Amino acid sequence: MEPLIIDAKGMHYRRLNQMIRDKVAEGYRHFILENVNGQRYIGAGIMEEVFIEIHGVAGNDLGVFMKRGTIIVYDNAQDGVGNTMEGTKIVVHGMAGDVCGYGMRGGKLHILRDIGYRTGIHMKTYKDMVPVIIIGGKAGDFFGEYMAGGILILLNLWDDDDRPVVGNFLATGMHGGTIYIRGEVDPYLFGKEVGVVEVTEEDKLLLRKHISEYCEDFKDHGLDVDEIMSESFTKLIPVSTRPYGKIYAY
Amino acid sequence: MMVLTTRDREISGCGLAGIISRKKILIPGETIIRSISHMIERGNGLGAGYAGYGIYPQFADAYAFHVMYDDELARKETEEYIRKHFHVIHYEEIPTKKTKNIQESPLLWRYFLKPIEPPDVESFVEEDFVMKAVMDINDKIKGAYVFSSGKNMGAFKGVGEPDEIGEFYRIEEYQAYLWTAHTRFPTNTPGWWGGAHPFTLLDWAVVHNGEISSYGTNKRYLEMFGYKCTLRTDTEVVAYLIDLLVRRHKLPLRIAAYALASPFWKDIDRLPERQRRLFTAIRMVYGAALLNGPFAILVSWNGGLMGLNDRIKLRPFVAAVKDDKVYMASEESAIREVCPSPDRVWAPKAGDPVIALFEDFDGGEQFREYQV
Repeated sequence: MEPLIIDAKGMHYRRLNQMIRDKVAEGYRHFILENVNGQRYIGAGIMEEVFIEIHGVAGNDLGVFMKRGTIIVYDNAQDGVGNTMEGTKIVVHGMAGDVCGYGMRGGKLHILRDIGYRTGIHMKTYKDMVPVIIIGGKAGDFFGEYMAGGILILLNLWDDDDRPVVGNFLATGMHGGTIYIRGEVDPYLFGKEVGVVEVTEEDKLLLRKHISEYCEDFKDHGLDVDEIMSESFTKLIPVSTRPYGKIYAY
Repeated sequence: MMVLTTRDREISGCGLAGIISRKKILIPGETIIRSISHMIERGNGLGAGYAGYGIYPQFADAYAFHVMYDDELARKETEEYIRKHFHVIHYEEIPTKKTKNIQESPLLWRYFLKPIEPPDVESFVEEDFVMKAVMDINDKIKGAYVFSSGKNMGAFKGVGEPDEIGEFYRIEEYQAYLWTAHTRFPTNTPGWWGGAHPFTLLDWAVVHNGEISSYGTNKRYLEMFGYKCTLRTDTEVVAYLIDLLVRRHKLPLRIAAYALASPFWKDIDRLPERQRRLFTAIRMVYGAALLNGPFAILVSWNGGLMGLNDRIKLRPFVAAVKDDKVYMASEESAIREVCPSPDRVWAPKAGDPVIALFEDFDGGEQFREYQV
C-alpha cells in the first residue's frame, strides 16, 4: 500500500492520532506526517508493524505504549519519548527532552544529539525483551535512575559545550541492566548502588552490534563504528539488588 | 465508576512562554498569543495572562498601575489612595471585549502615575514608595488588587484559556519588545483572577510552572522587608524575592538566581575556594529565599528576560535564539510555532539562569557580563 501523507499543521493531537489509528485499521502501515509541531502521543498504543515518518517537532510521549514498528523523527522530540514502550524503534534526528524511555520494557531509542534529564528511569527487561537507548550527545541528571534492566549507551560524539557527558545522580537506585558511557565518568556523579566494571570482549561485541545499527540509522552524518569504538567505554552495573528493599514494609 | 471532571482533559502542568527582541524591535501581541496558545493542553482554563514591555511609550516615565476591583467601592477607595500619593497623568478602564467564555470580569482599570514626594522624608526612594503603595492597596483595601505597577509595561490576566484572555484584553492591539505569557493549571490554590500569572511588582513580572513548597518560609522572610503576600498563590513570592534581592540588595541577577535555585551543598563542597565561599555565603544569608519544589520561571523586567529551572529540572524548559530574538518556553513546539527555524535551540541546564538583556540596557556591573 502507498504511504499515507498527513499534513498535521494546526491539527489537534487527538484528531491526528485517531486518523492514524483509523488508517491502520484500513490497512495502511506507512505514514508520513508533515508539519508536526508538538502533537502528543503520536503512535500511542499501536500494535501493528507501522512505519511513521515525522517531519517537525514530535510532542510529548511519542510512541507511548507501542509494541511494533518504527518511528523516525527528522527533527527534535519533546519529553517522554518511548514512555512505557514495548517494542518499537524510535529514531530522532535531533535532540530529545526529559524522561525519555520511562518504564520502557522493549524496543529502541536512537537519539542523534543530546537527551534531557531522567533518561531510562525504571527501564526493565521482560523475558526476552531488552530495551536499548543510544544517545549520540550528552545526557542530563538522573540518567538511568531506578533502572531495573536494559541497556543505556551514551556516546558523547559531538562534545559541543562545556557540560560533562552525563549529569549528577547517575544511576541512583539502579538495580538491573547495564550503562555504557563512552569515555571517563567522574565517580562523584554516581552513588554507591553502582560500580564501574571492566568492559569485556563480550561487551565490545554487544556494543559494536548496537552502535553499528545506530550508525546505519544516521548514515547521513558520516558516523563510523570503528572510530566510535576506538575510544574506551565506562561500564556501570548495579552492585546491590533492591537497594531500597529495606524501606518497604514487606 | 466513571470519573467526571469539569473538562475532558488530561492532567498536565502550567505552560509558559516568553519572547524578547534584544534590539527592541516591537513584537505584535498576536505572536505571543499564538505561542502560549499552542500549549493550551498544559492549562485547564482556570488562569492565563500576559506581560508586555514597551506597550505604553506615550507614558513611558509614569508608573502604569493595572488594578482589578471586585466592586465600585473598592475602586473609590483605591482612587482616593492613589490621588493622595500620586499625580495621575492619565487613567482609564483597561480596554476589554467580551468573549465566548468570558462574559463577566472584575472591574479593570489602569492609571499612569508619578509619585508625590512626601516633604518630610529624608531619603526618598521612588521604587520603595511605589512598592509600599502596591502593598497598601493589596493589603488594606478590600477587593482591590494591583496586577502591575511598572513603567512602560503591563500585566493582563484573568480566568480563562490563554487565547480567550488574549482576546478579552485585546492583546493583539499591543506591540511589545518583550512578552511573557502563561497558561495555568491550578493545583493547590484557587483559580481566580488575582491568582493568574504573571505576578508582578514594579516592572518585575514572573510566570511560573510548578509549585513553591517553601512558600511559607519565603513569605515570612519577605514580610520582614515590607512585602505582603495577598494573592493566595505561591508564585507571588518569586516576584517579591527578585525585587528584594536584585533591586534592593543589588545582587547580580545571576547570583540572585543562585539564591533561588542554590546548588546542593555536596556540589558546593567541590568548588574552588573562592566559589565555595561565595555559594556558602549565598546559602547562609539567603537560605530563606531558596525556592523549594519544582519550578520553571520566567522573570521579565525593563532590562530583559531571565529563565530559570529548579536545580533538578522538575519542570520542562526550552530556549532558542533567532537573530535578535530569544525565546523561552515550556515546550519547543511553542517556540517553533512562532519561529519555525531558530538559529539554535537548547535545553538549559537546571539551576543555571538563561539571561537575555536588551542591547541598550545599561544595568551596570550587576547585569553586564552575563549576556546570552
